[in-house]
Amino acid sequence: MELPLLHLALVGTPNSGKTSLFNALTGSRQKVANYPGVTVERKEGFFVTPLGRQVSVVDLPGTYSLRGRSPDEEITRDFVLGKATGETVPDLVLCVADSTNLRLTIRLLLELKRTGRPMILVLNMFDIASRRGITVDVERLAKELGVPVVTSIAVRRGGTADLLALTDEISAKLAAEPQENSWRALSVSELRATQREADRIIADCVSLPASPDTWTARIDAVVLHPVAGLIVLALILFVMFQAVFAWAKPLMELLQSGFDVLGEFVHATLPDGLLQSFLQNGVIAGVGSVIVFLPQIIIIFLFILLLEDFGYMARAAFLMDRIMGGAGLHGRAFIPLLSSFACAIPGIMATRVIDNKRDRLTTILIAPLMTCSARIPVYTLIISAFIPARDVWGFINLQGLVMFGLYAAGITSALVVSFLIKFFMLRDFAPAPFMLELPDYKMPRLKSIAIGIYTRAKMFLVRAGTTIFSMMVLIWFLASFPQPPAGSTEPAIDFSLAAMIGKALAPLLAPVGFNWQIAVALIPGMAAREVAVAALGTVYAIEGGKEAAEQIGQVLATKWSLATALSMLAWYIFAPQCASTLAVIRRETGSWGWMGVTFTYMLVLAYAASLVTYNVAVALGAG
Amino acid sequence: MTDTTDTRSHMPLGLAQRGYTGVIQHLAAKQAGSALSDVELESRLIELGFVEGARVEILHEGLVGGDPIAVRVDSITIAVRRREAMAIIVA
Repeated sequence: MELPLLHLALVGTPNSGKTSLFNALTGSRQKVANYPGVTVERKEGFFVTPLGRQVSVVDLPGTYSLRGRSPDEEITRDFVLGKATGETVPDLVLCVADSTNLRLTIRLLLELKRTGRPMILVLNMFDIASRRGITVDVERLAKELGVPVVTSIAVRRGGTADLLALTDEISAKLAAEPQENSWRALSVSELRATQREADRIIADCVSLPASPDTWTARIDAVVLHPVAGLIVLALILFVMFQAVFAWAKPLMELLQSGFDVLGEFVHATLPDGLLQSFLQNGVIAGVGSVIVFLPQIIIIFLFILLLEDFGYMARAAFLMDRIMGGAGLHGRAFIPLLSSFACAIPGIMATRVIDNKRDRLTTILIAPLMTCSARIPVYTLIISAFIPARDVWGFINLQGLVMFGLYAAGITSALVVSFLIKFFMLRDFAPAPFMLELPDYKMPRLKSIAIGIYTRAKMFLVRAGTTIFSMMVLIWFLASFPQPPAGSTEPAIDFSLAAMIGKALAPLLAPVGFNWQIAVALIPGMAAREVAVAALGTVYAIEGGKEAAEQIGQVLATKWSLATALSMLAWYIFAPQCASTLAVIRRETGSWGWMGVTFTYMLVLAYAASLVTYNVAVALGAG
Repeated sequence: MTDTTDTRSHMPLGLAQRGYTGVIQHLAAKQAGSALSDVELESRLIELGFVEGARVEILHEGLVGGDPIAVRVDSITIAVRRREAMAIIVA
């Protein structure tokens, strides 16, 4: 007879090695999704026990208690209590502890015991504890706690054998009748009492060596030094950005030319017409323009996961906390915002390291203001066409100065917006004080990193890809219908819905100095910012598109005033012109509302900035 | 909390310098001026191991105003802002 699926839940404090245990148990058999209605990541995996029992295991968000002070921790509490919507009550709870650091987990376990769920305490990273001279009387600990205790070494092959055997043993005799749940939120004095009880049990069962981890102390002496630490951080970031731009570039070019070749093949194989245009311009070019970002996303996540596994992320947050705190940002927002300079999509995905909902939302909302690499083609086109390449004050290149100004404008506005959000929009959420465990350093494990990158890349391709794909099809449709009448010599786009919308929008955009051709180019530019360059080319009926960027520049220089060009630059600092980013915001916040807020506020900022820029420029005689 | 021992040596951890070592005497969330409620702040501090009798040492300080601080609490290291550390009374 087939036994029903056994449901396990992994509970533990942050840094307990819960995720590496999860990876060791399930390998790549993982499903990553969101819990309904919240931004919390739900990770479920599957494996089979030595006795052949099918098991589903859910990796619950790390928590220090069951109080539920954040959406993540509420999920953990509700899940264990069987109150989470649409979730099965776990048959067995695995409470995961870092063997080198039992204090906080034992306290959590004493609290978990009150829920009445069958439970195992897993002493993870037992090898590291042994190496450091920490000895644990496992039998006595189990007796004192009244819970089975098993040791594991998640990162070693076969390191979970004891755990699997014990799971089989316990699942065979699990009581059918529901257990008594006597858990309720602990008062401060009860909390204190459980910590005392935990400390007493640890004193009885665990012998600690006199000295803490010397490697961690040595590394921290440099890495957390107020000055040297910031230099190390800057160096790490420098390498990371070199990697994102330099290493990813050949891969991105390879992907791009692959899609170009594929498009050409479709173009050559199929007869001219709608199907050919749909496949080449809608499907292949559209999906291709998103997939080319995959190398950048993989490299950014490689760095983020390595630094996180090593234990450095908490240190980066420590170093940057006060510096970013002035703008109402949490120290942990630093890396996601930095990633957004490459592309807002991995940046927004990386905000998952921020556990507080308010801080995470603020970071997601301002991430698209960081100057991403897709703006660079637009900036360079306009700057090279309109800004003279002369030196100011003898040594500063004026074009470079304008480019720097655009980056600075993005950063400054992000800080201002964050400040305003803090005061006007998210006041109801209690700000998270910066209280963070700085874990001992650990060697990152390749397998864990590989699984992490794999799940994120898959998520990016599958989920964002489907939304982006439908947007691309829509934009292709708008730019292709209705078709030009037979024998017309003007560009096909002139007859399309996109052109009609462009012309309809033109009066709205006239105050900021945009003509209808720009309005039309902005529509396909919604798919991805740099597409606007090619679209301008199409609209001005230039052949060659993106390849002939220099030529487009020459045409623009004759057709636009300097004021219009500057206005366009100001527009691009702010404009929410990236369907992929909006799709990711929608997915990560689990809400159309926050996507709408982002779109609206950026559009308002873009319009205002362009309006001011254009009118000031005209007043100064650049019209 | 009433304390009859020499109160002059009691101070909030938030005022201590790098290198300071001491033992936690009690928690006084009211004195911290944190954005959190007193109960919430006290609960979080306890959950991170800041309980009476725990040995603390300030290992590192941030660049701006020596804030935040990295505190060794018995066997673990916790980063907190000085504002919240004002609630931890040490001697």
